[in-house]
Amino acid sequence: MAAKTIKVDYLARVEGEGALHVKLRGDRVEDVKLRIFEPPRLFEAFLRGRRIEEAPDITARICGICPVAYQMSAVHAIERALGVTVDPAVRLLRRLIYCGEWIESHALHVYMLHAPDFLGYEDAIEMARDHKETVEQGLRLKKIGNDLMAVLGGREIHPISACLGGFYRVPSKSELLALVEDLKWALEASVATARFVAGFEFPDFEQDYEFVALSHPDEYPLNEGRLVSNKGLDIDVSEYEEHFFEQHAKHSNALQSQLRKRGSYLVGPLARYNLNFSKLTPIAQQTACECKAEPPCLNPFKSIVVRAIELVFACEEALRIIDEYEPPAAPRVDVPVRAGAGQAITEAPRGILYHRYEFDGEGTIRSAKIVPPTSQNQRRIEDDLWQFVPRIAARPVEEITWRCEQAVRNYDPCISCATHFLRMEIVRE
Amino acid sequence: MSSEKKKPKIAVFKFASCDGCQLSLLDAEDELLAVAGAVDIAYFPEASRRALKGPYDIGLVEGSITTHHDAERIQKVRRQCAVLVTIGACATAGGIQALRNWSDKDEYVRAVYARPDFIQTLKMSTPIAEHVPVDFELRGCPINKKHLIELISATLAGRKPNIPTHSLCMKCKRSGNVCITIARGVPCLGPVTQSGCGALCPRFGRGCYGCYGPAESANTAAMTRMLRELGQKDEEIARLFRTFNAWAWQFRQASEEAERA
Repeated sequence: MAAKTIKVDYLARVEGEGALHVKLRGDRVEDVKLRIFEPPRLFEAFLRGRRIEEAPDITARICGICPVAYQMSAVHAIERALGVTVDPAVRLLRRLIYCGEWIESHALHVYMLHAPDFLGYEDAIEMARDHKETVEQGLRLKKIGNDLMAVLGGREIHPISACLGGFYRVPSKSELLALVEDLKWALEASVATARFVAGFEFPDFEQDYEFVALSHPDEYPLNEGRLVSNKGLDIDVSEYEEHFFEQHAKHSNALQSQLRKRGSYLVGPLARYNLNFSKLTPIAQQTACECKAEPPCLNPFKSIVVRAIELVFACEEALRIIDEYEPPAAPRVDVPVRAGAGQAITEAPRGILYHRYEFDGEGTIRSAKIVPPTSQNQRRIEDDLWQFVPRIAARPVEEITWRCEQAVRNYDPCISCATHFLRMEIVRE
Repeated sequence: MSSEKKKPKIAVFKFASCDGCQLSLLDAEDELLAVAGAVDIAYFPEASRRALKGPYDIGLVEGSITTHHDAERIQKVRRQCAVLVTIGACATAGGIQALRNWSDKDEYVRAVYARPDFIQTLKMSTPIAEHVPVDFELRGCPINKKHLIELISATLAGRKPNIPTHSLCMKCKRSGNVCITIARGVPCLGPVTQSGCGALCPRFGRGCYGCYGPAESANTAAMTRMLRELGQKDEEIARLFRTFNAWAWQFRQASEEAERA
C-alpha cells in the first residue's frame, strides 16, 4: 500500500515556529514528528551573571503571550529561596494580574486560534465575515484581560511592575473598581462563549491521560499549590526534577519532558480542570454543568470548552479579588540578599511553568532552569496524533492535514516558550 | 474580487523572538477588523493558515538573525517586500539574545542543551539592518501597538509615520511626572532612551530600563557619569545598558566603556 505523508511545514495559529510530519501507510501511522525550528535564544545561559532582581524582566521576554507567568514563576522561586513572605494584598494582586493574562490568552486562543478550526475558517478575520459579533465579542474579552494587566503592570506585553517582594506600584481601590463594569460584561460574555463552543462538533476521541497540575486546598490554582496528578503524583514543587526528566525520543529530535516510569503527561486547562473542578468558582461550575462538560473530560478537542470555562472562572475570580482588595501598607517587602536556591511552579495559561534558580551571596544568578508547558506537552501531542490519525486516515490529505493541525492546536502550543529547551532540527528548505 | 486585489498586502515574518511584537497587531482589538478591511493580511502564520505568495506591499519583521538559515531567509523576505519594517528590539537591535555576542556561544549552547552538536546557531544575534536595508524601525520591547497602527496607516497614505524619536526624559517632563532620579536618586535610563512606552517605569516609581533603545543623539557618556554619581558601580552600569537593546551601538559602546573602566 502506498505511503501517504502529511506535511505541515509551518504550523499556523500557534505561537512560534514549528512543523508537523505524519507518515501513513494505509490507515497505519508509521511516524509522527512535531518539529521545532524556532531558533534557540539561550536564556538559561545568559541568566548566569545577572542579578536576581532582573530575572522576572528577563524571563518575561521568553514569551510575549504569557509574560506574567514567567514573572510569577521567577519571583516565587527566588522569594522561596530567600524565605520572603509577601503582604496578603500583594498575593491577591499577583493572582489578579494572572487572571488578566488568562483572560487575554484564553480569549486569543478560543476565538482567534482554535474556533476557526471547528467552523472551517482559515482564521478569525475570515470568520468575522460570517460571525462578526462573535469575533467582536472575543476581541472585547481579550481587551478586558489586557486592560486588567495594564492597570496592574503598566502594559499587557512585558508588564513592568512585578518585582521580588511585590510590585513597584500597586493600584488604588478606585483604579480597580473602574474595571468592574467591564469584568461583569466579560463574565457574561465568557458564559456565552462556553455555550457557543460547547455546541461545536467534536471528534469522538478520548485518551487515558495523566493530568498534571497544581492543586491548592482553598482555590483554583494559579500561583501556588502542590503538584498532583490523577495517577498518584502528589509532591512539593521542589521535588519536580526528581519526578520528571527529559528524554531524547525515538521519533523526534526534540527533548521531551516525561514522568519517570510513566511517560507522557498533559498539562494545561484540561489537567487543571479535571484535578480541581471542585475549586472552580460557582458560575464556572454551573456553566460546566450546563455545557455537559463535567469532569472527567478526556477529549482533548473539548479543551476549547474548558478554556471557556476557565475564562468564566478568571472573570469571577478577578471580580472577587477587586471586591476584597485593600491596598497593602507598602507595595513590596524588603528582600534580603544572601546565597540560595529555590524552585517554583505556577499555572501559565498553557500549563505548569517550572523555574529553578541558584544564586550567590551577592544575588548573582549562578544557574537557572526553566521548563515551559509546551515542552511538557510536546510528547503528549505526538501521542495524541499516533492515536488520532488512524481514525481519519481514509479521508483526503487536505482534510487529514487540517485535523492534525487542529489536534496540535488543542494544546495551544507556544513554541517560542518551548524553544530554549527543545532540541531543534531545521526542516525548512 | 477586483477591489480585493487592489488592497495592499501585508506580511508578518518571525525570526528569533518572543512573538510579543506581532501579538501587538492582534492586541489592537479596536482596530484589527478595520485594518483587516483596509489591507490584505496575506501572510501572518501566528493568526492564519492562509499563506498568500509575495510580493507584499509591507513586510513586518519580528526577531533577530541567529542562524545561517535565517540569514538566508531574510534576503528572500527583503526581495518580496516593497517596504520592510522591523518591529521591536530583537529585529531592530538584536534583542536580549544578543547577550551571547559578548560570550562564548558554544559554551552557552552547552549550558542549555545536552547535545550541543544538534544545535545550529550563529555566534552572534544581529539586527535585521545588519543583513538587508530596512525602511523603518519600530522600537520597543515590546513595540507600542499605537505606533504599529500609525505606521501601517502612514505607509498606506504614503507619508512618514509620526513617531517621536526624542528621549523618555522629554516625555516625563511633558507629562508632569516628578523625576525619580532627582527626587529619589533612582537610577533611570530615561535621558538616553527613546520614548514610546508612555514613560511607564517612572510612572510606576521605577527607573527606565531602556526597552525602547537609544534615543536620537543619546549622550551615554553623561548618563554614565550621572549613574556613577548615584553610586552605581561600573559593572552595574554595564549591566543596565546591556539588556533588551544591548547591541544597539550607543548602548553597546556605553556598556563596553563601563566594563573597561
